[in-house]
Amino acid sequence: MSDKTTIRKPVDEVPPPAVATVDPRLLVREEGFKGYLTEFKRKLKGGELGSLPVIVALIIIWTIFQVKDDLFLSSANMVNISFFMAGTGMLSIGLVFVLLLGEIDLSVASVSGLAASVFATLTVNHGLNDWLAVVLTILTGVAIGAFHGFFFAKIGVPAFVVTLAGFLGWTGLMQWLLRGTGSLTIEDKGLLHMLGQRSFFMDQSIAGGYILATLGVALLLIGSLIDQARRRKARVPFRPTSEILLRTVALAVVSYVAAYVLNKSAGIPNALVFFLAALVICDFVLRRTTYGRKIFAVGGSIEAARRAGINVALIRITVFAISGGFAALGGLFLAGQTYTATLQAGTGNLLMLAIAAAVIGGTSLFGGRGNVWSALLGMLVIQSIQTGLDLLNMDQSIQYMITGAVLLAAVVVDSVSRRTQRSSGRA
Amino acid sequence: MSATPVLALRGVSKRFGAVQALTDVDLEVHAGEVVALVGDNGAGKSTLVKTIAGVHPVDDGVIEWEGRPVHVNRPQDAQGLGIATVYQDLALCDNLDVVGNLYLGRELLRFGSLDEVAMEQRSRDLLNTLSIRIPSVRIPIASLSGGQRQVVAIARALIGDPKVVILDEPTAALGVEQTAQVLDLVERLRERRLGVILISHNMADVTAVADTVHVLRLGRNNGVFPVKGTTNEQIIAAITGATDNAVTRRLARNAEAAK
Repeated sequence: MSDKTTIRKPVDEVPPPAVATVDPRLLVREEGFKGYLTEFKRKLKGGELGSLPVIVALIIIWTIFQVKDDLFLSSANMVNISFFMAGTGMLSIGLVFVLLLGEIDLSVASVSGLAASVFATLTVNHGLNDWLAVVLTILTGVAIGAFHGFFFAKIGVPAFVVTLAGFLGWTGLMQWLLRGTGSLTIEDKGLLHMLGQRSFFMDQSIAGGYILATLGVALLLIGSLIDQARRRKARVPFRPTSEILLRTVALAVVSYVAAYVLNKSAGIPNALVFFLAALVICDFVLRRTTYGRKIFAVGGSIEAARRAGINVALIRITVFAISGGFAALGGLFLAGQTYTATLQAGTGNLLMLAIAAAVIGGTSLFGGRGNVWSALLGMLVIQSIQTGLDLLNMDQSIQYMITGAVLLAAVVVDSVSRRTQRSSGRA
Repeated sequence: MSATPVLALRGVSKRFGAVQALTDVDLEVHAGEVVALVGDNGAGKSTLVKTIAGVHPVDDGVIEWEGRPVHVNRPQDAQGLGIATVYQDLALCDNLDVVGNLYLGRELLRFGSLDEVAMEQRSRDLLNTLSIRIPSVRIPIASLSGGQRQVVAIARALIGDPKVVILDEPTAALGVEQTAQVLDLVERLRERRLGVILISHNMADVTAVADTVHVLRLGRNNGVFPVKGTTNEQIIAAITGATDNAVTRRLARNAEAAK
């Protein structure tokens, strides 16, 4: 491959014109912190909001709830939030993949409910090995997703309708599996124990959180420095060391404070560790592999992707399969919260919360723009609202209305920033 | 100019149902030659290009590649030979940056993951040798002007190191300055000894960069003109079929009668 893509030099041996490394028309950031500030202002004006709205929203939400109830920012409540956001967050990760294609998967919640009952039926009724049952459950989700993807990609039914049919159908299948009993109690062992509320990273050892934080910070720092060195050698623009340090310090502050706060009571829930691991893996897949690049390409322009030799149907089917797989995984997380598979699993506002998390976090509904970290940021917002309202003993009716309003606000921000981006030539 | 054409079509015909789109068409492209393909709407330009690009296999006739007859039945066949096509709708991904678009579908890998550094470096080298000026190779295509998108699309065709590049109406939607940029680029392709097939409606563009003009009319060859020593009127007459009028017919009849 490499020798096919080598670029032939021009025939005449005239040295290439001394092209400046950076075009003069490009706005170059000024040196130092003043430069950061001016670039930040320019990005805001251009509608490149990034994660800013969600971070502002999070600060506002935390301030309001802390004022209303001073237990909100306590360590125990933070452990609560970090534990409960993992399940819905897994659904959200799968949705980010689908949203990047510019499509939607309305079946994730009912697939997650079905997954819980499949797992319970396999282990409780058939006495299957725990881990084998986990694998089979996830495969069920993958197969269901691929099934949706097939109807969408090969038959041409809009994804919205296929997954809406799935939403109803898989809920029915779940009810059929649980017919008679109505619920199945899952034993607190194996993977389901690790996903439960009594399972913490390194058995609540104080070191656990700090080891994770150090790992994350070290990975970012080493990764950035290696990248910088390679870019410097290849004579392409690279991040200045000051910026790398700034980013590393920012991540270090956030992760060490999080570790400290969580350590003050119980420690890092294992469910959160799994969630973070899934985020890191998916981020790598989306940004650093050809498969991820193809997903973005299909989300950007189907025709361009097809002309570039990308198998669009295959990408669509696999993305829906990924979404189904994460839905099933999320279903296991949610089942681990109560150790039961019930008829209520995957009902209520779970679907809306999962979609809202992805969109609030900054993944566009219009396809081609976003990243998996929006599942984390969005879930922080959603779970904070949920936990905060629970803490204030708000009725579920109020919770529904507030979550609905937050979702609408997120979509408005997405649409408006898209319009601003287009008017400043960045759509 | 080399004696053997890189690409030659001999007596190519193509039929769609009741429509004879191409009849007995010949075309030759040499390395380092810009061939303009002109003709009215429906003259068969697009069909001809699509037969070369492998979208429509030919019914009759031979396609020769460097003197050898070849079969071009699929787009992959054409790409494998070294024929790159830039269609009128550029088909770039707005959300990906220039590097991402240039290497879309043939990304460079390093330890199984994308080698962004190598791709960026080679993109810059390629754009520099073509003297393409864009603000940065790391901005999304959406931020580029129409002309810049066109040159990126052409540069993208060159990543696979082709020998013949087909440009379908590359200047159709461009302003004066941007058209000039694209025409400069076409000349640079010629300097790199590539064969270029340029489809255009704009006579000024054609006479500015082309070496040879092939005229198609109603799916048939209607004249091959070297650009030097041919007037625009002659070419336009061939396009519109003005050569086929009462005066010429009477001349032909008289000539026959004189025999």
